[in-house]
Amino acid sequence: MKHESIEINAGLLIILTLVVVSIGGLVEIVPLFHIKDTVEEVKGVRPYTPLEQRGRDLYIREGCYACHSQMIRPFRDEMLRYGHYSLAAESKYDHPFQWASKRTGPDIARLGGKYSDEWHTQHLIRPQNVVPESIMPPYPWLLKNELAYGDIENRMKALKMTGVPYSLSEDEYQANVAEHGKEMADKLHIPNARATLEAEANGRNLDGDKSRITEMDAMVAYLQALGTMVDFKQYEQGYFANFR
Amino acid sequence: MTTSTAVATEQYNYDIVKKFAIMALVWGVLGMTAGVWIASELAWPFLNFDVAEITFGRLRPVHTTLVIFGFGGSALFATSYYIVQRTCQARLWGGKWLPEFTFWGWQVGVGGGVLLYMLGFTQGREYAEFIWQLDLAIAVVWVTYTLIFVMTLLNRSQPHIYVANWFFIAFLLVIALLHIFNNLAVPVAWNSLESYSLFSGVQDAMTQWWYGHNAVGFFLTAAFLGMMYYFVPKQAGRPVYSYRLSIVHFWALSFLYMWAGTHHLHWTAIPDWTSTLAATFSILLLLPSWGGMINGIMTLSGAWDKLRTDPIMLFMITSLSFYGMSTFEGPLMSLKSVNALSHYTDWTVGHVHSGALGWVAMITFGSFYHLIPRLWGAKGMYSTSMIYTHFWLATIGIVLYIAALWVAGIGQGLMLRAFDEYGNLAYTFIETVTFMHLPYAVRAIGGMFFVAGILVMVYNVYMTIASTKRGVAVHVAGQAAVAR
Repeated sequence: MKHESIEINAGLLIILTLVVVSIGGLVEIVPLFHIKDTVEEVKGVRPYTPLEQRGRDLYIREGCYACHSQMIRPFRDEMLRYGHYSLAAESKYDHPFQWASKRTGPDIARLGGKYSDEWHTQHLIRPQNVVPESIMPPYPWLLKNELAYGDIENRMKALKMTGVPYSLSEDEYQANVAEHGKEMADKLHIPNARATLEAEANGRNLDGDKSRITEMDAMVAYLQALGTMVDFKQYEQGYFANFR
Repeated sequence: MTTSTAVATEQYNYDIVKKFAIMALVWGVLGMTAGVWIASELAWPFLNFDVAEITFGRLRPVHTTLVIFGFGGSALFATSYYIVQRTCQARLWGGKWLPEFTFWGWQVGVGGGVLLYMLGFTQGREYAEFIWQLDLAIAVVWVTYTLIFVMTLLNRSQPHIYVANWFFIAFLLVIALLHIFNNLAVPVAWNSLESYSLFSGVQDAMTQWWYGHNAVGFFLTAAFLGMMYYFVPKQAGRPVYSYRLSIVHFWALSFLYMWAGTHHLHWTAIPDWTSTLAATFSILLLLPSWGGMINGIMTLSGAWDKLRTDPIMLFMITSLSFYGMSTFEGPLMSLKSVNALSHYTDWTVGHVHSGALGWVAMITFGSFYHLIPRLWGAKGMYSTSMIYTHFWLATIGIVLYIAALWVAGIGQGLMLRAFDEYGNLAYTFIETVTFMHLPYAVRAIGGMFFVAGILVMVYNVYMTIASTKRGVAVHVAGQAAVAR
């Protein structure tokens, strides 16, 4: 066949182009849904609690991913600076993923537990208060704005539809009890969502006013959860390399 | 293509081309100004002013959306609608209203999208931040656009489909495919502006960078190559250097690009085999990319003197040179060992801009300087010296920009992996932030040069259009009279 015959036939040109551009994506994307080793077998990774998930929503609203990655690479300097390299499993409930592609600020995949809630609150109100050279913008409105959580059940239901194991039925609840223990399973139960969120926020009580649940409560709860779910001491060195 | 301009305006739908061309410039000025603003926020953080709507995180997608989809998108609508009519010698299909629908749909999508980002409504996917309702609307606009283009192609009055149109076809099909699959999401409620992506983690990352990289490959490359394959030969007054090369260029580019996206995910939790495949195909991509560049530049062979006399040609050849440079730098950065240093740093940002400013914007400026007088029936642009001024402002701006971010990116990458004599990290992260202040300032200044350049262009375009309305004689820029 001469190339000429494609150049005079629009239908043929369209079909051949579609074939040619489809191959790469099919070969690289489809297997990721089927090859078992793509996501590591590891204990501890759980869906976000309602308060953490609302914090994650705010993280996306503010576009934090423009400057902070959540993906530690397996290099010596990164492991010294940030901790164990990130596992695929650790973002399996992240809709959307927030690995990001730029570090104007440091990676925060394992930020959880490194600083106190008070530090985070001060840092978010005005980063320069705790890190004078920081070029991060201040987020004082997080403490001023009351957290909107009236639609938390809808949010969890939407996430459930994408595959996040929040529970609605008794069976689903019991499965979470078996996997994460009763205390966490209660937090992941959609009918409990509002009460769970309020209890968690008031337990932290970042603004010193128990009557208010602010966006700061949610944001800090999310940041404190980052990278804390897997207990790496339980696994032998080199175990995770098997999945790469 | 011997029809005179006077008849052409009736034979072809130029009205829609004019509208998109004007909006490309409007979004260009706004988007590049937003870029300068956020670049300045990094150098001088007080510019965030504690105002949520203008913090870096919210304005960054405003910048990228305005320049890619506002400026680049409108420029592609304008030039593809023009080229498909001229090369097919057929009026744009769809009557008055379908093209008009794509115009308003696109403008409302872009404008509405960026306002919503500022208010905090985003999908949090790079270069695909539009909320789900706008994604649906854009899908409808895109299908209409594709239909108009293909139907016009089918109405062509000569058997052969010109090479520029192949590239536009690939662009239309691929963007539809990418847009739909990358934006699969479950809305929080039918009346909520928020949604959660259908995929998560690894699969989501893979899909997003399959989208992200091929948006570069087909939106910012293939389609602008379509622009190049029409306007460079037109402005040079010579046929494309090698027809055979353009065939190889087209099929190789279309096939290879789609494999390369995972190089944005080297060393992450993505399986190694995808990463290796992507690196391999990224290296291979150098061949068609340079084939295209050579084809464009060599079109001028035998008429190199035009570079001395025609500033429009200067824009086009410089854009092809930047295309060649950034498609060399890209495969280099896709090597895993280089990427280990460059990823997450400003080197990537600099690389993107050598492509976006050097290639995409420069080829658009050159093409528009050719196109604008023809659309409005002027003999040429109002001022040739202003085209030169624009050229130098833009070129100086790009060089400052790229050089500054090489320093910032490579510098930060080296600092972050440096160890002291005891094997401890030599620098804290914040020390790299302090180091980047100066390059960030230079980068912002480079951006200001570039914006100054497009402002000169806007004035020149305004005066060109105004002068045709007043019936004032205008200067002839470059070889405006060629080949019509």
